[in-house]
Formats: sequence, C-alpha cells, structure tokens
Amino acid sequence: MANTEQSVHRKRRIVNSLMTILTAACAVFATSILLFIISYIAIQGFSSLSFQFLTDTPKPVGEGGGIGNAIVGSAMMTALAVVLGLPVGIAAGVYLAEYGKNWFGNIVRFVADTLIGIPSIIIGIFIYTLVVMPMGRQSGLAGGLALAIIMLPIVARTTEEMIRLVPNSMREGALALGAPQWRVSWNIVLPAAASGIATGAMLAIARITGETAPLLFTALNSRFYNFFYDQPMSSLTVQIYNYATGPFEVEHAMAWAATLILVGLILVINIFVRFLTRKKF
Amino acid sequence: MESKISISNLDFFYGKAQALFDITLEIPERQIVAFIGPSGCGKSTFLRTLNRMNDTIPIASVTGTVMIDGEDIYKAGTDVVALRRKVGMVFQKSNPFPKSIFDNVAYGIRINGIHTSKADLAARVQKALADAALWDEVKDRLTTSAFGLSGGQQQRLCIARALAVQPEVILMDEPASALDPIATQKIEELVVELKREYTIVIVTHNMQQAARVSDKTAFFMLGKLIEYNPTQKMFTNPDEKLTEDYITGRFG
Repeated sequence: MANTEQSVHRKRRIVNSLMTILTAACAVFATSILLFIISYIAIQGFSSLSFQFLTDTPKPVGEGGGIGNAIVGSAMMTALAVVLGLPVGIAAGVYLAEYGKNWFGNIVRFVADTLIGIPSIIIGIFIYTLVVMPMGRQSGLAGGLALAIIMLPIVARTTEEMIRLVPNSMREGALALGAPQWRVSWNIVLPAAASGIATGAMLAIARITGETAPLLFTALNSRFYNFFYDQPMSSLTVQIYNYATGPFEVEHAMAWAATLILVGLILVINIFVRFLTRKKF
Repeated sequence: MESKISISNLDFFYGKAQALFDITLEIPERQIVAFIGPSGCGKSTFLRTLNRMNDTIPIASVTGTVMIDGEDIYKAGTDVVALRRKVGMVFQKSNPFPKSIFDNVAYGIRINGIHTSKADLAARVQKALADAALWDEVKDRLTTSAFGLSGGQQQRLCIARALAVQPEVILMDEPASALDPIATQKIEELVVELKREYTIVIVTHNMQQAARVSDKTAFFMLGKLIEYNPTQKMFTNPDEKLTEDYITGRFG
C-alpha cells in the first residue's frame, strides 16, 4: 500500500518536472526565434549604418544614399494615423464596453472584427479609390488615412477588452457617490484600464509602422524630403521593399540597415510608452 | 421617532422573477437598522433599492414607494445623482479607486463640487478620514496608493469616501464580512459612532453583529419581510417562530 502510494507520488513528480521543462523549452524556443531575427538584422544591417545613411535621401546606386526622408515620412504618416485613429478607437472601445450591450453594440463589434480581418492591401485600394483618385495623386494624407483605418478596430477592441477587466465594484463605488455615468467612465474606469489600453495602442502602432501594402497605393514613395501631407511620401517599409528588390548588393545592405532602424524605432516606442504608463497606483 | 425612510408595498423584479414581495418598513432617523436573513433572501437587493443602485441592472423593475424625507425617490424626474449623494453606500468588498488615499476621499467632493478651495478640500478629506477612524494611520502617506492599505483600512477608506460627500443616510452591504475580528470590531465601533450624525442601514450575515450595533432589526426570508422589531426584542422574544428558528441557528 505504502509502496504504491510512493510510486504514484514519484510518477507525479516526474511528470510534473517533465511538463515544466517542456513548457520552459517552448518559451525559450519562441523567444530565441525573436532574438535570432533581431540579432541577424543587427549583424546584417549594422555595417551600412552611418549618420549619413540616416539623413540622406535615396540616390542612384554607387552614390550612397539613405533613408532620412523615409524616416520622416513614416513618422508623419504614423502620427497622422495615431491622431485620427487613437481617440476614435478608444472612444469606440469605451462605448462598446460601457454602453454597448445591445444590438447596436453587437453590430459595431462585428464590423470591427471584420475590419481587423481585412487584408491591409484592400484598405489601400479602398483609400486609393476614395482619396487618391479624386486628389489626382498619391499623398501622405492618403497613407495616414489607410493606416488609421487599420489601427481603428484594433484599438477599439483592445480598449473594450481592457475596460471589461475593470471590476464592476469600482463603477458602483463611484456611482454610489453621486457620479454621473460619463464621469465614472471618464475618470474611474478609463484610468484604471489605462496601462492595458496603452499596450493595445502600442501593438496597433507597431502594426501600422510595419505596414507596406496599404502605403504602396496611397503614399507611393518619394526620393525627396517631403513635409507636406498632400504630396507622395516615402516610408521606411516601402523604402525597404525598394532596396531589397533592387539588383545590387549595396541596395540589399541598405535594406538591412533600414530594417534595423525600423525594428529599433518600434522597440523605442514600446519602451517609451511602457515607461509613461507604468503603474503608479 | 421621526421616520427618515418609509417604504410601502415595495415589489422588486429581476425580469419576470420577483425578488421582493410587498415590503413595508419605516427606517427611523439617526438610528441603526440591521437587515438579516439567509443568503439570497433579498436583503441586499432591498438595500440597493434605497439609493436606486439597481437602476444599473437593465432588467430590474420596482413597484411601490420609497419615501426619503417625504419625497418619493422613484417618482419620474428624480435626480438619481442627487439621491445618491444624500444616500451613501459602503459595499461588501472594499472598492477603492486606483488613486491615492487622498484622491479616493476627495473624489466625491470634487465631482459634486462641494469644496470652496484647495484648503477646504484638504480639510474635508481630513475630517472624513478622521470620522472613519483612519486619519492617524494614513496621515503620513496620503499620496500613496489606496491599494497599499490593509483590507480593514481599505474598508474604512471606503467609509471615509462615503462620509466625505456629507450624506444623510449610509447604506452598508455587509461591510465587515471580508474582515478579521479586530478590523470588524473597529468597523462596528465606527458604525455606532456614526449614528450620531447619520441614519444607517446595515445588511449583515452576522447575527451577533446585528445584535451588537443595531437599534432595530428586520428579518427577511425568500424576498419577504418576516419580522421587524427593536433589536432587543428581536433577539430575546421575537414575534415570529421563523425569526426565532433563524436566530437560534435551526436553519440558514
């Protein structure tokens, strides 16, 4: 009797350690792929990095050239998308979580989920028809709009999820003090969900910063510095695409360097927002 | 004794399911009334009809009248926000906001625009914390997170928060049920202390607690008010056999 019990215990301990090792191995595997990608990009890209590369515009092969205008273009279009998409997305998420338990909310939720699933190139074509054709040319505005549309449903749905995690007792506490519903949503629920919402927004920003397809139709590209939204605009992703598909080795090296910059920028944004929204209370 | 709240023929429904049946009850001013009864008997539901917290449940409906200071709070056009300022509430689980200790207490004052200046706000926060017997424990860390307080302190913080908006009635939904005996004792002493200024309605599972703090006790079962009498009488010589059975622990 004692023996069987002992062997059962032993078996359970062994299975337990095996499973722990297995899950740990999977975790290491998953992160090591990421580390491998990042270090490979770093190794490949680092040799072509220089101050000139970061500030120059693209030039004919053999004359150097860089990604200065692409960095500016990406930043401007991402900024436009954030300005347009983030407030609307967060507000829509608040609505869905706090007031959207009805047929209308269900429709909005369904539409948002569908929009998330639409391939980004289709959004590019949509903006092409709606903005680029009437304007007669590609522009930073069209690119930013396309990115905003991609961002909007992601932000709305993650905001909704995060707000649902705020315990109802907190809402009741505020209501019981005589707070009107909108104030409860605005200065109790929203701050309580802030770090989660910021994380969702970060994911959305990282996603749109990495988008290429919707920009091909809408912002096109530019060989020059361009600070106006009504003109075609360069972006890091499209520039990487151009360099990477070029026939020359020098261009490939510059594609790696641009990739390194893109990944680095996304990382910096992430760390910065983490820092801003770290839990204070 | 003057009645602060008088409830007559109150029925309450969750959708089609009736949760309260024909409740008629008078709550005297500046007294403590305890609601006791087995789980699911409707005592919490009833408590929440008194500040219309049940409004947040879409399928809930109420018939009958609840008069506070002679005003029917279910009358069309009642300002629920003003009502809840007058009838404060403390919940079973302490629910501080994710803010500092100071901001938690200041929240109700700020949203209702009660204070006249920054100094006045600080004074009101201090008074509320002092009235909730918490000031001495937190005065040196007002700007730190409310989540850093112990369970008992959090609950007293929630009481301070409710007091800060100067209500006339305080509803307490099992305020000490999640606390240890020492914290419970502090809350009970506080409740008795608060009676001087406030009308208090307290739901409790703990019969000794009802006996210790309340002036009158109402016993509920299956959504019906079985008996309502002075606490002294309730616990020594109840009118109803059911009350006696419950109090002596024969069921529930």
